[in-house]
Amino acid sequence: MTAAALLPHAPGQSRTVPRLLIGLAFVLTAIFVVAPLVFIFWRAFAEGWAVYLKNISDPMTLHAIWLTSLVAVIVVPVNIAFGIAAAWAIARFRFPGRKLLMVLIEIPFSISPIIAGICYLLLYGRQGLLGPFLAEHDLKIMFALPGIVLVTMFVTAPFVAREVLPLMQAQGSEQEEAAVTLGARGWQVFSRVTLPNIRWALLYGAVLATARAVGEFGGVSVVSGAIRGQTNTLPLQIELMFNDLNTTGAFAAASTLTVIALVVLVVKAALESRR
Amino acid sequence: MSIVIDNMTKSFGGTPVLRGIDLTVESGELVALQGPSGSGKTTLLKIVAGLEWPDAGALDVHGTDWLRLAAQDRRIGFVFQHYALFPHMSVRDNIAFGLTVRPRASRPGKAQIAAKVDELLQFLQIAHLGDRYPAQLSGGQRQRVALGRALAIEPSVLLLDEPFGALDAAVRRDLRAWLRNVHEETGSTTIFVTHDQEEAFELADRVVVMGDGRIEQIGNADQIHDHPASPFVARFMGATVELPVTLHAGRAEAAGLDAGRLPRRAQPDGPATLFLRPADITPVADPHGRWHVARCDSNGAALRIDLTDGATTIPVDLPRRAPEARGLERGARVLLRAEAGALFAAPRRAQPAPAVRTEYPKEKAV
Repeated sequence: MTAAALLPHAPGQSRTVPRLLIGLAFVLTAIFVVAPLVFIFWRAFAEGWAVYLKNISDPMTLHAIWLTSLVAVIVVPVNIAFGIAAAWAIARFRFPGRKLLMVLIEIPFSISPIIAGICYLLLYGRQGLLGPFLAEHDLKIMFALPGIVLVTMFVTAPFVAREVLPLMQAQGSEQEEAAVTLGARGWQVFSRVTLPNIRWALLYGAVLATARAVGEFGGVSVVSGAIRGQTNTLPLQIELMFNDLNTTGAFAAASTLTVIALVVLVVKAALESRR
Repeated sequence: MSIVIDNMTKSFGGTPVLRGIDLTVESGELVALQGPSGSGKTTLLKIVAGLEWPDAGALDVHGTDWLRLAAQDRRIGFVFQHYALFPHMSVRDNIAFGLTVRPRASRPGKAQIAAKVDELLQFLQIAHLGDRYPAQLSGGQRQRVALGRALAIEPSVLLLDEPFGALDAAVRRDLRAWLRNVHEETGSTTIFVTHDQEEAFELADRVVVMGDGRIEQIGNADQIHDHPASPFVARFMGATVELPVTLHAGRAEAAGLDAGRLPRRAQPDGPATLFLRPADITPVADPHGRWHVARCDSNGAALRIDLTDGATTIPVDLPRRAPEARGLERGARVLLRAEAGALFAAPRRAQPAPAVRTEYPKEKAV
């Protein structure tokens, strides 16, 4: 309900109920969302700037930030490529298994990430299905970067596809057909017609995927082994510090993660107004 | 560039949409494909464009087998009903698109492309719109841009799919005259799809009437109008009144019908169906007539009259100032005089056909 719909109101219509509901929404948002966020920063800076900086520049925390960024940098481009390919295939072609593919893409949304982690462990782990093969060829996937990347990819797989697909379906293929009749080859059609049409949805999906990749905890915690300074991502590092009773450190690390999330949120809002 | 289509068939998921199409379009000709939706006309156009592929048949354009050519290599101009302009490009960039995607070797220089675009903008009478984006244009302007974009590659064949279908009546009439001029100046072989009869007849040298995946008739306006080749064409051309008659010595006879003005037919005696347009029926006052006026509405220029014999109702359009219109009011008894009509032998089926089909022709959007 917008303010415009509220304000010149019909005579006899109560204003109390809408006001009450709006007030309630604000209060609940404040309690459940704003307060914890403020609290994170308040606790992070509780012992002053110096301690905050020391906590942030702790080598283990720095490594965690680096590892988390690395994972995001690998995962997000793969995600974009996969998302476009899947959306393109589903929107433009009719093939057996098309519906199934649509359902499969959504699976990571409905499955708890920790289950994904365990599945990967059972597949690639030392005792897993492919364990002996991997050991023989000296390939280390579990408790190493590849495992973290794989699980993060699984968890973030639907984001780009889900944003791009509805748009491609709504736009139909006429523009692409027009481009083809004008002599454009496959790649030209994609780069000059398809891509510009989906660019905002694509960016939006990528931003969401980035946020998820950076913040992923459950699945990664199973496959990373949380080796400090080696396979500890930022969310895992926060948990470790918290368990070590280093609350200020945990909150300092959490504040970096929160800043990333807030930046993503602002970018997302900006993108939404562009669409 | 003559186009020869030979015995072409196509089906979508088991449903046949083209059931053997033979059609030759001469070089420089402007041909309309006309028919109800689902008759296969758009599919046929898309096959010529290379956007669809037939199951069987041949497509030969000026001696070249086009079924071996990808759409990109056919050099056709295709205009879509909903324009399909590229929304993120200006009008200029839209028109230049077909030139800028050419491989470097055959791509004209930047200045040449700009000059070509300028020339087209002038030619299409949209010179002032070059820097706008499609979203800032009206429907008619968008369709001009779409046509400009298609003409920029100097197409060997111009294909238009319901080019004016999404526009309002006045703009449509305007663009129709304008397209005719464009065709006369460029001389390109043109096929366009339409479901609007007026548009088809006014624009095209020849009209191809399609129904259910087949070509029902090919001809000019007068031929198709006066001599429909099949009941389907007769109905499609607005002859929606179907009277069961008996043919006797080449004349149609039925109670309450005066068919004396129809020429004698060289058809065998027997049951037949007379197809009439509401405008080709004149009610003639007759105190013992089979029909009486059930309703009579005026739109100023014409009267729309419902005649009934109690069981069936038939619509009649009569100019309001016609002498026969005098004294026509509810309840007046009349007989029908057929001014023109088409006769087809009744199908040899045991079941009696419904006596009269009463269906107003679709409101023409004029």
